[in-house]
Amino acid sequence: MTYGKGLPGLAAATCLTLTTGFLLVAFYAPTDVDQGLIQKIFYLHVPLAIVTLGGFILGGILAIAYLRTGERVWDVRSYVAIHLSLVLGVAVLLTGAIWAKASWGVWWEWKEPTLVSFLIVFLLYATYQPLRFSIDDPERQSRYAAVFAITAGAFVPLNFLAVRLAEPLIHPRVFGAADSGMEGPMWLTFFVCLAGMTLLFMALWKYEMTSKNAAQQLRALRRRLADEAEARERRSAAPATTTS
Amino acid sequence: MPAQELSEAGKYLAAAYGVFVALLLIYFSIMALKLSRMERQLTELNELAERGRDGETADDALEKERV
Repeated sequence: MTYGKGLPGLAAATCLTLTTGFLLVAFYAPTDVDQGLIQKIFYLHVPLAIVTLGGFILGGILAIAYLRTGERVWDVRSYVAIHLSLVLGVAVLLTGAIWAKASWGVWWEWKEPTLVSFLIVFLLYATYQPLRFSIDDPERQSRYAAVFAITAGAFVPLNFLAVRLAEPLIHPRVFGAADSGMEGPMWLTFFVCLAGMTLLFMALWKYEMTSKNAAQQLRALRRRLADEAEARERRSAAPATTTS
Repeated sequence: MPAQELSEAGKYLAAAYGVFVALLLIYFSIMALKLSRMERQLTELNELAERGRDGETADDALEKERV
């Protein structure tokens, strides 16, 4: 299986969509009456958060496929999805902290359920890799990692629902709110940015899968060449049979 | 919006988008390191295969001498 197929096209689509999104943020989306220029962090922070949480759930779904089929490739796919979500999760936390400092005057607010719940999900997934690599046996490693990915993946939407039901302290709620304060151009910009971020996740996932696949094939080739060299050495070291 | 407030907001806005770009660059740097390691391994394998081919030629020569 090759993962590099279609990657250049996907990368180009990602660049195009993200650039369009950021241009819309700069020149098209109106400035928010309440927050002013700072609100424009929304177009980066929220799509990143959505894609991150979606990536964690995807990791769980791919882990189910691994447990059902027993094929290691599903485990690698799940691992890459979670790994990428963790990278994007760092961006969510950092951009969120910057937005919080600009809007509320603090880098972090422990009483805000939205912030703390995201941090809990992030820290939960931060234990995924240490857990995974603390197990030597590859079979057990994949199985345990899959169980973790499924359990944690199920926790993500539950956690999201719980936060939605909780009383917000200062974090704004845009989705589902009747008076979200978002105008048409704002929504359009947001959806373009969300599409760009989704494409970015897909492109990076494909990129990392291509890299992992190539590394695996290299290892297999190295083993084969080493075996062949060993066999040749044994052949040449064996006593020659004389024919009369 | 006063100019002072606008420049303050602009700094935070630039910082947020800058963090995103920086993280992407760090990610690509790590991937580039992996790629260069892979290239090195590929060169090694190429040399190993080359040596193997030479070895086979020697074997063939031995075989011919025996016959």
